[in-house]
Amino acid sequence: MVRMYKRVTRFPSRAAGPADRVAGFMAHLRMNGFKIGVQETGAALAALAVVNAWDETEARIALKAVCTGCAQDFGRFDDLFAAYWQNLGHERAGEAKASAERRWSSEMGDQAGSGSGRAERPDTDGDADAEQDGEGRLVGSRLRNLMRVDLREVVAPSDIAQAQVVAERLARAIRDRRSRRRKADRRGDSLDLRRIIRASLSSGGEPIRLYHRKRPERPSKLVAILDVSGSMTVYARVFLAFVKGLMTADGNTDAYLFHTRLVRITDALRDNDALRAVNRLSLLAQGFGGGTKIGGNLAEFNKSYAKRLVSGRSVVMILSDGFDTDPPEVLGNALADLKKRGCRIVWLNPLKGWQGYAPVAGGMAAALPHLDLFAAANTLDSLLALEPELARL
Amino acid sequence: MSGWRGLQAGLSAAGYVAADDLAMALHLALMLERPLLLEGAAGVGKTQIARTLAGLRGTRLIRLQCYEGLDAGHAIYEWNYQRQLLAIRAASEAGETGAAVEERIFSERFLLERPLLEAIRQPVAPVLLIDEIDRADEEFEAYLLEILSEYQISIPELGTITAVTKPIVILTSNGTRDLSDALRRRCIYSYVDYPDRATEMAILAAHHPKLEARLIAQIVGFVQALRKEDLEKTPGVAEALDFTAALVGLGINDLTNDPVALQASLVTLLKTQGDRAAVPTEVTQRLAGKAA
Repeated sequence: MVRMYKRVTRFPSRAAGPADRVAGFMAHLRMNGFKIGVQETGAALAALAVVNAWDETEARIALKAVCTGCAQDFGRFDDLFAAYWQNLGHERAGEAKASAERRWSSEMGDQAGSGSGRAERPDTDGDADAEQDGEGRLVGSRLRNLMRVDLREVVAPSDIAQAQVVAERLARAIRDRRSRRRKADRRGDSLDLRRIIRASLSSGGEPIRLYHRKRPERPSKLVAILDVSGSMTVYARVFLAFVKGLMTADGNTDAYLFHTRLVRITDALRDNDALRAVNRLSLLAQGFGGGTKIGGNLAEFNKSYAKRLVSGRSVVMILSDGFDTDPPEVLGNALADLKKRGCRIVWLNPLKGWQGYAPVAGGMAAALPHLDLFAAANTLDSLLALEPELARL
Repeated sequence: MSGWRGLQAGLSAAGYVAADDLAMALHLALMLERPLLLEGAAGVGKTQIARTLAGLRGTRLIRLQCYEGLDAGHAIYEWNYQRQLLAIRAASEAGETGAAVEERIFSERFLLERPLLEAIRQPVAPVLLIDEIDRADEEFEAYLLEILSEYQISIPELGTITAVTKPIVILTSNGTRDLSDALRRRCIYSYVDYPDRATEMAILAAHHPKLEARLIAQIVGFVQALRKEDLEKTPGVAEALDFTAALVGLGINDLTNDPVALQASLVTLLKTQGDRAAVPTEVTQRLAGKAA
């Protein structure tokens, strides 16, 4: 700290007084991705007026309380403060950009591309960059090129974020289910006239007590089972992001990963930092690689988790290429058992999108009769195309 | 002693040891009359600070616990429908005119105050605690934002009710959902982390003044080491306090003395079966040995 005090802050000569300098600091924060405006500058000055602004620590924690808005900014603030006021990298554009990038990448839980100003990948069609309205069917129009790229080549954080956005949409399509019946509810949207009139008899025809009804939600529960064996390693990161997206959209989603054995990753994926979760898991996944025992793992799943977590309202989504080292009957039997729980089974196979692929590999052929939906999952487009199919399940 | 140090000292005298960041944020929220948004893991004392502050300032604490599906009727106001009907019935028997009845049944007497309306109508500014705002729906958040910026509530039948005093608003969030930028920008922000060693020792000492410093140091060392383990639910300060109370109750005055009792008292710190399994007696002993 003592060392820092000795540094003299050099301000632009036009910086007239404290207000100007604070405004400069706000601009510095903004450049580093803080979401602050003129209002915050006012608040910052007001805050400095009510504390002892000559004390560096005091000024720092006061500004921190006013300028930050989320845990991430809160953690970064001290460094940025030092950088600006102690000239340890005053407005170093390169660094600012890099950290904005970092911030962006770990915020990929949001709608991707929320005005981060990140360069798009080259767009040879030339028609996709004109409109960026930032909402609606964003994924459909914006990164058209990327959408057709095989997921093996998708490695940049932004692309993985896209996978997550797609997944969130799919999860919503699956989840949104309402019963056709109405049932009594304390705060329903429609009045239960029959009950109100019946109850009004006791009060001489005045409808004193109101009864409501509503259509109860019957959300489907999604269970994602992800294959991360050797043959699937190239897809692992994107699919993990995809599964993470499924979980973001719906708190009840359950996720598993298997290679030679089955691991429940629901809790790990609940990590608030999306990129960190995915990175950690993909490291884990790569570490194992090796042979695939789809049948054995699904049988294991039936024996343990499925008993508790899979019911008639579940949709089990298996992401795998179907190359199994177990005998095909094992897989067939496991799926048949799973099916008996009344769930629907969706199999997404990255290979199916390839030209000339036929599900003749022993395991896949044995699985087919038990599947409600067998679809390609090798590009983001193909994933997005599933939305209506899943909504219909 | 300047304002925020004074506040920190006051809180600490009332049994709440606040870190510098938190005390400053609270001080600014009071001075600038802005809401204070607190985020952080469960059990680090986000709710408690509101309670302590209310005690410190001698005002009421009005609490609104958010949940999924929370609506205006439960957060702001509601008409007392049954009472209105009875009034209409009575009026028609007394032969009152329709206009007069209408005037009467949409008056204050028939209004049920819910926490938000209640909070802006107190003669002395209360502490309004909006707990776990992340659990409420986004629509409610927008509604709340309007109230927090204007400090007034409009009731169509009655007109606009403006705040008598501005309540001290404290919002807490556990981060189960991202809050809107608009709400974040309205608020003074502080992230409440697990306390460092010295702070946690001060907290335990404030709650158990009779406990000897050596044992407190041991407990804090143990709990902080436990937080570094790979657990599903990391124990917070609340759990550490329970743990201390359990040890005091069991009459343990050194963590390494009685492995069985120590292991048994872990029920206050570890709240899932997975975590219990992850910390067997050997691990407990290792951590306790290090802390001692």
